[in-house]
Amino acid sequence: MNRFDYARPATLAEAVTAGALPNAAYLASGTNLMDLMKGGVARPSLLVDIGRLPGLDRIELLEDGGARIGAMVRNADLAYHPAFARRFPAVAEALLSGASAQLRNAATTGGNLLQRTRCAYFYDTASACNKRDPGAGCDAVGGENRLHAILGFSAQCIATHPSDFCVPLTALDAVVELLGPQGPREVKLEDFHLLPGSTPERETVLEPGELITAVRLPAAAADFAAHARYVKIRERTSYAFAVVSAAACLRLQGGVVTQARIALGSVALKPWRARAAEAALCGQRADAAAFRQAAETALQDASPSGDNAFKIELARRVVVRALSLAASGTPARLPALPASAFSGEVAHA
Amino acid sequence: MSLAITLTINGAQQAIALDDPRITLLDLLRERLDLTGTKKGCDRGQCGACTILVDGRRINSCLALALSHDGADILTIEGVAQGDRLHPVQAAFIAQDGFQCGFCTPGQIMSAIGLIREGQAGDDPERVREAMSGNICRCGAYIGITEAVLEAQRAMMGTAERDAA
Ligand SMILES: Cc1cc2nc3c(=O)[nH]c(=O)nc-3n(C[C@H](O)[C@H](O)[C@H](O)COP(=O)(O)OP(=O)(O)OC[C@H]3O[C@@H](n4cnc5c(N)ncnc54)[C@H](O)[C@@H]3O)c2cc1C
Ligand code: SF4
Ligand code: FES
Ligand code: FES
Repeated sequence: MNRFDYARPATLAEAVTAGALPNAAYLASGTNLMDLMKGGVARPSLLVDIGRLPGLDRIELLEDGGARIGAMVRNADLAYHPAFARRFPAVAEALLSGASAQLRNAATTGGNLLQRTRCAYFYDTASACNKRDPGAGCDAVGGENRLHAILGFSAQCIATHPSDFCVPLTALDAVVELLGPQGPREVKLEDFHLLPGSTPERETVLEPGELITAVRLPAAAADFAAHARYVKIRERTSYAFAVVSAAACLRLQGGVVTQARIALGSVALKPWRARAAEAALCGQRADAAAFRQAAETALQDASPSGDNAFKIELARRVVVRALSLAASGTPARLPALPASAFSGEVAHA
Repeated sequence: MSLAITLTINGAQQAIALDDPRITLLDLLRERLDLTGTKKGCDRGQCGACTILVDGRRINSCLALALSHDGADILTIEGVAQGDRLHPVQAAFIAQDGFQCGFCTPGQIMSAIGLIREGQAGDDPERVREAMSGNICRCGAYIGITEAVLEAQRAMMGTAERDAA
């Protein structure tokens, strides 16, 4: 690990001033940043510790039915907040399917959004990686890439964004609140992460010094509470990143879909909203044929970036399963294995 | 910049002068404070051997920067027994054969103490296994570990009920 200076500002204004200094990085709980620094992948010269900033650790359930989640709220505290989990069960399920209990106790809202890809070549400083070292090339292309992207990738980068939390948040139209040296602004989470294109080193719309202060869920997101699920396929049952995941949220009337929200995880360098599939489902009976059709639509632009063609059909099946479970109704209590295909649940349709 | 921090470790408050900003809680405990009960397996958040309680919550000490925990209350495996009287989780690990080589065991025990405090798993073995998945055991003592967590939880709830009566 490189040496660094350490600052623990007391106010948001001091934090964004320090965060805008060259080669500064914000430190939330460090579960991703410390890991990257140990491997020499991240080499900040100044760590700006945002852990004690006032007001960032609040979960606010808004009067209108929405919610505002402070950037320093720990993943476990959000998932186990009973009223939050009742309003946004797919968000709680996604959180509890991520990492381990220890990591969730530390990991924060802002840090989860900004966690970096798990591409092994990105982590290995002896490999060529355009994201880590622009112009160096990409060793994942033609390399070990069975878990890489099937949507939105480029010749320069085929990595995925690994967050579970971001998937239902994107489906539910979450908004990211930012504060920078130029003041506050808001960005839809769907527009927050960038696809790689020819600049994979640019991962989000954040400007230098911009700090995530909160993530907001609109009131309409709570309308899906009765039919909202997250499904995550892993290579082991727990404590593993997704191979593919999907959030599905439905509103039903007499067995007919009146509104649908679908997003996929670990298929692209950003959480992937499947708007065409949502539109195709509206007005359809909530049955297996409609779900399969929606899944086909969701993956219609997918293609393998390497040895990962299997992820395309797997993603379709995960979408079908998430939709089927959502149609069956959100369980009163999350299954013992959240988001797992091995939870023993029998889906409707 | 001052690298002086204060920590309460196993009940005793200590002023600590850090000679390097990079030090993690894990390295601080093991290399500077001679508290080597907390183990280093992967040093990257992937095994749970380094689990400690910080302000009552279980975390991976290998990914926790010591500087940012100034003022924290830390409990390690060295602090859980009362003299010669084992913590109920320690006793249950022995009674249920919750280990073989023992390397992962301090982390398993700290994680189990954290799990019982969180109170989310209840007496469902599947929920206990899921909640303990952040602790890898190379010897595969998982069956005994799950039994030990369940037994310790029953024992601690029994004690709590007796105390309340
Ligand atoms: C072994 C392991 C398994 C994991 N498994 C999963 C999994 O299955 N699913 C999953 O979703 N995640 C998983 N994770 C990732 C984990 O969720 C992230 O490490 C965590 O959410 C990051 O949060 P943090 O507070 O520790 O962020 P940090 O590590 O402190 O920060 C991460 C990045 O975000 C920046 N940052 C943090 N907060 C802000 C802010 N408010 N404003 C601006 N910038 C900010 C930092 O500068 C840094 O670049 C796993 C991690 C590990 C180590
Ligand atoms: S896929 Fe992206 S992150 Fe992975 S090596 Fe290529 S450029 Fe780097
Ligand atoms: S040593 Fe910390 S998780 Fe492995
Ligand atoms: S007892 Fe040997 S690693 Fe768990």
